[in-house]
Amino acid sequence: MTEFIQQLINGLAWGSIYALIALGYTMVYGILRLINFAHGEVYMMGAMTGYYAVQWGMGTGSLFHLAAVLCIAMIVCSLLGWAIERGAYRPMRKAPRLNVLITAIGVSLFLQFSGQYIFGADPKPFPPLIENKNILNFEGIVLSNIQLTIFISSILLMLGLRYIVLKTQMGKAMRAVSYDHTASYLVGINVNRVISFTFILGSALAGAAGILVGISNPTVNPLMGLMPGIKAFVAAVLGGIGNIPGALIGGLIMGVAETMVSGYLSGTYRDALAFIILILILVIRPQGLLGKTTQEKV
Amino acid sequence: MKQAPAIVLTIVLLILSHYLLNALINPYYLRVILLIGLSITLATSLNLINGYTGLFSLGHAGFMAVGAYSAAAVSVFLIPKLAFLNGLIPELIRGEVFFVLSLLAGACAAALVGFMIGLPTLRLRGDYLAIATLGFAEIIKVFFNNLEAVGKAKGFTGIPAIPHAVNFFWVFFIAVTCVWVVGKMTSSSKGKDFAAVREDEIASSSLGLSHFKVKMKAFVIGSFFAGLGGGVYAHLEGTIYPENFNILKSIEFVVMVVLGGMGRLWGVVLAAAFLTLLPELLRELPPPFSILSQFRMILYSLIIIITMLIRSKSFAKSIN
Repeated sequence: MTEFIQQLINGLAWGSIYALIALGYTMVYGILRLINFAHGEVYMMGAMTGYYAVQWGMGTGSLFHLAAVLCIAMIVCSLLGWAIERGAYRPMRKAPRLNVLITAIGVSLFLQFSGQYIFGADPKPFPPLIENKNILNFEGIVLSNIQLTIFISSILLMLGLRYIVLKTQMGKAMRAVSYDHTASYLVGINVNRVISFTFILGSALAGAAGILVGISNPTVNPLMGLMPGIKAFVAAVLGGIGNIPGALIGGLIMGVAETMVSGYLSGTYRDALAFIILILILVIRPQGLLGKTTQEKV
Repeated sequence: MKQAPAIVLTIVLLILSHYLLNALINPYYLRVILLIGLSITLATSLNLINGYTGLFSLGHAGFMAVGAYSAAAVSVFLIPKLAFLNGLIPELIRGEVFFVLSLLAGACAAALVGFMIGLPTLRLRGDYLAIATLGFAEIIKVFFNNLEAVGKAKGFTGIPAIPHAVNFFWVFFIAVTCVWVVGKMTSSSKGKDFAAVREDEIASSSLGLSHFKVKMKAFVIGSFFAGLGGGVYAHLEGTIYPENFNILKSIEFVVMVVLGGMGRLWGVVLAAAFLTLLPELLRELPPPFSILSQFRMILYSLIIIITMLIRSKSFAKSIN
């Protein structure tokens, strides 16, 4: 039982990171009907930004430093997300969806390989932004301050996202555009600006996820975005793609399931699990846990 | 059999060029040529799925893996047990018969896996299909990574070489067959089904075409040839690793199909040859330019993005 609860805590921490990435997928899919394959690479760039921010003079060791690095990574990733949308996706707004998807794969590969060229392919040790210590030890169940940081930062970020989407003018515009592009345009919404904003918002969350992974994992590397990116997408599908609470729940389930499989079966099966979940959900409930079924129109 | 003379001629030509190339060209260049042949097989079989039928499979390397591992397993575990058949088969072609047997076993295994994967996934649309095929390819990789009998991540070793070392003949015999079959299938009147499903699923199904059956046909035949290619690859290399068949491998074939023009037979063949040759050409460049070979993969990704951007421009024009 102790081990189970411990795995659950580890899984929830890992799942919060998936959830942060999955939110970006789900928002972009909601608004453009596009699997933004490059999203995993934005998350990688977040972790890399954190690494270089510390290398180039940011100090380490306190929560203040963590917050500062987190902000830098979120800003850099927002700019990157904006640039990706502007450069690669906007010229293809009227193209068939499959072409945009192939472009997205191209952008993802471009970031991976340029990353390997610029940063070097070897894994880099992520600087210890905060010191790892156990703050709770209850009959063998351990909660570290890093895990607590991950929980608190992801909860704050998600509350922020919720506020933006539900309470602000821009959030209202986002919801309108995801419902119908043409109608939003007719009532005076600048659709392109809303799409750019969605990319900025999603990328900022991915950047934050990159830093949170950095403080809990020992190393970062230019290919680290590939698998978590795809798995976070699976998490978004699991929760119901286009649905923001769905991405959160999907991410948490995915994180817990992966940790349980690594803990009780074997780490080598971990990578297959996400895809087994994906295929089950596509066959049994394609709209996802929280998604609505939509009738297809001719 | 109207085509019989053509087939005989092709085989004779292939055998002749095999001996010519072996005599004239050094082993390094010969190996590049063999890799080109394999790429043509894999890209053309993917072209049937992604290009002609308009599906989007991102897991072609998975079928190649099934073919490679099954063919290798038949060669390593089953063939030695078939020694009692030796009396029935003349000495000269015994190796070839067993080799063809294992290749066919690999290809059929790949086709079967393609069928089983197609059952749930071919009901999905565009991008969902892409991610589901990617997922299955990854599951296949994890499966071989955990299978004790084929050496797990350390690789499946000791796969016998192609009998009599007629590598060129087999690689290109399969490439030619694949291109020929895909070309014949898609240009026949029945083969227009593929394009019909690609262009408009609703209109074609209203004409009584079962688009599920058409997609399945493309998927199974595509996997069959991917398996054949994988089987030859395994016997060519002698050792195969699950990592040989990862996502990047699948993406390489997708790039070939995209660059060659989806649904263009010879365009894809050319693109497969060009993209296999490109890294070797870049490596041969004199020093100031040889740095370009490090950019190979960056170049690949730019090729994808630019091809798609140009294509969407012309697409937008054709609408206006």
